[in-house]
Amino acid sequence: MELFTNQVLAGIATGAIYACMALAVVMIYQAIDHLNFAQGEMAMFATFISWQLMQWGVPYWGAFAITLVLAFVGGIAIERILFKPLAKAPVLTNVAGFIALFAIINSSAGLIWDFTIKQYPTPFGSSPFLGSQLISTHQAGMIGVTLLMLVGLYFFFQYTRIGLAMRAAASVPESARLVGINTSWMIALGWGMASAIGAIAGMLIAPVVFLEPNMMGGVLIYGFAAAVLGGLTSPLGAVVGGFLMGIFENLAGTYIPGVGNELKLPIALALIISVLVVKPAGLFGRHIVKRV
Amino acid sequence: MTVLLNVKDLRAYYGQVQALHGLTFSLNEGSLTTLLGANGAGKTTTLRAICNMVRSTGGIEFDGKPLNNRSTESIVRFGIAHVPQGRGTFTTMTVEENLQLGAITRKDNAGIVSDIERMYAHFPVLKQRHTQQAGTLSGGEQQMLAVARALMLRPRLMLLDEPSFGLAPLVVRDLFGILGKINREDKVSILVVEQNAQLALELADQAYVIETGRIVMSGNAKDIANNEEIRKSYLGY
Repeated sequence: MELFTNQVLAGIATGAIYACMALAVVMIYQAIDHLNFAQGEMAMFATFISWQLMQWGVPYWGAFAITLVLAFVGGIAIERILFKPLAKAPVLTNVAGFIALFAIINSSAGLIWDFTIKQYPTPFGSSPFLGSQLISTHQAGMIGVTLLMLVGLYFFFQYTRIGLAMRAAASVPESARLVGINTSWMIALGWGMASAIGAIAGMLIAPVVFLEPNMMGGVLIYGFAAAVLGGLTSPLGAVVGGFLMGIFENLAGTYIPGVGNELKLPIALALIISVLVVKPAGLFGRHIVKRV
Repeated sequence: MTVLLNVKDLRAYYGQVQALHGLTFSLNEGSLTTLLGANGAGKTTTLRAICNMVRSTGGIEFDGKPLNNRSTESIVRFGIAHVPQGRGTFTTMTVEENLQLGAITRKDNAGIVSDIERMYAHFPVLKQRHTQQAGTLSGGEQQMLAVARALMLRPRLMLLDEPSFGLAPLVVRDLFGILGKINREDKVSILVVEQNAQLALELADQAYVIETGRIVMSGNAKDIANNEEIRKSYLGY
């Protein structure tokens, strides 16, 4: 029983990171109808920036805050420079744009900081959390920070005017313009927020997977899977999907004989496919019906 | 009477296809003007051109200021509220959020709160359903919501694109009654595009008839309604 609880809690901790990535993916998907393949690389780059700041002597939380601001501004800049001009371009052009962005960020990080693995600090320490062997303080911190961020986002979208305007712009862009919302800037704002959310995920997972330019590859695949599982049209679904992914992954690795660490990703993905066969729009997604 | 909206030689294009061929008309402050015509005559395009949602040339002046080359969202700030064809409801949001969105460009929070209450007084059914998702409303209720959303801007001019579309005759009567009341009591000028010419002419004071992108008839709504020849050849009743 203790093993089970332990695996579930550990799953929730990594699931928190998947939830962040999935949420970032969904935010951009809602705004522009494309999956951002470079979401993980943007997060990785932001994490490197925070590491660099700490190397220069900035304390952890200072570096954390500065990185969030830079990631936010960087996300907006990427949208304005690269994807705004592509807004009316065909899907494949956008996909090419995302792949280019992926390659550019990945290589730039390698060029600036090289590809060797680096230690990344945790502000929470890694002792047992509250004296129990079930979960470490860093894992508890990951869950805590993610939950705080989710609550903050919920209030932002539910109770602020700008949050309301962003939701309106994503759901019916034409009507949003007709009530006076600048939808183009709402999209840019969505990119900035997605980028900042990704940066949080990167900085929280870096102590676990270590810092290097390819650190987010696996995480982003789980994030995508979580987003699809929860439904690409639902931010709540993305978050739930992220936590479920983390738990599935750990339980499959522990209890299914012969699976272990190597096979837990395929098992988790197989489970998702089974869910999607039954619910193609994802667990929380809406079927979008369009009149033609 | 002062002219609020002045449209001169308006030409609009969808890609290579020209939909309006030099439309000229004007709307007086405080009036309720209707734009009539058959399917494909260019009524919707005219409204869309005013809000710069379609490529167009020609002069559009609102209260003496040119609207050309301004973005759709900035035209709203002149006090022009456009209820598009199909109502443009934010279906996944609540009724109250839809009303708040109508006032998203306003800064006076207290005024917004009291205006929402005013809308609930105009349209009691919206109050009953204020926490419901707007997509669950019936067609008539959604049209009421669309009008209320537009009024939340406190507009000087309201553009309505076929408000009667898909509604039961009784609901249409109701809605047109409310539009007349808004026009008289709240002093909102209204430009309404309609296929239901009979009803629109009863309501309006001015009328224009469009055919294939040109104005072919204009005048006092009563005169047009009483002219049998015009009615038969252009309005089909």
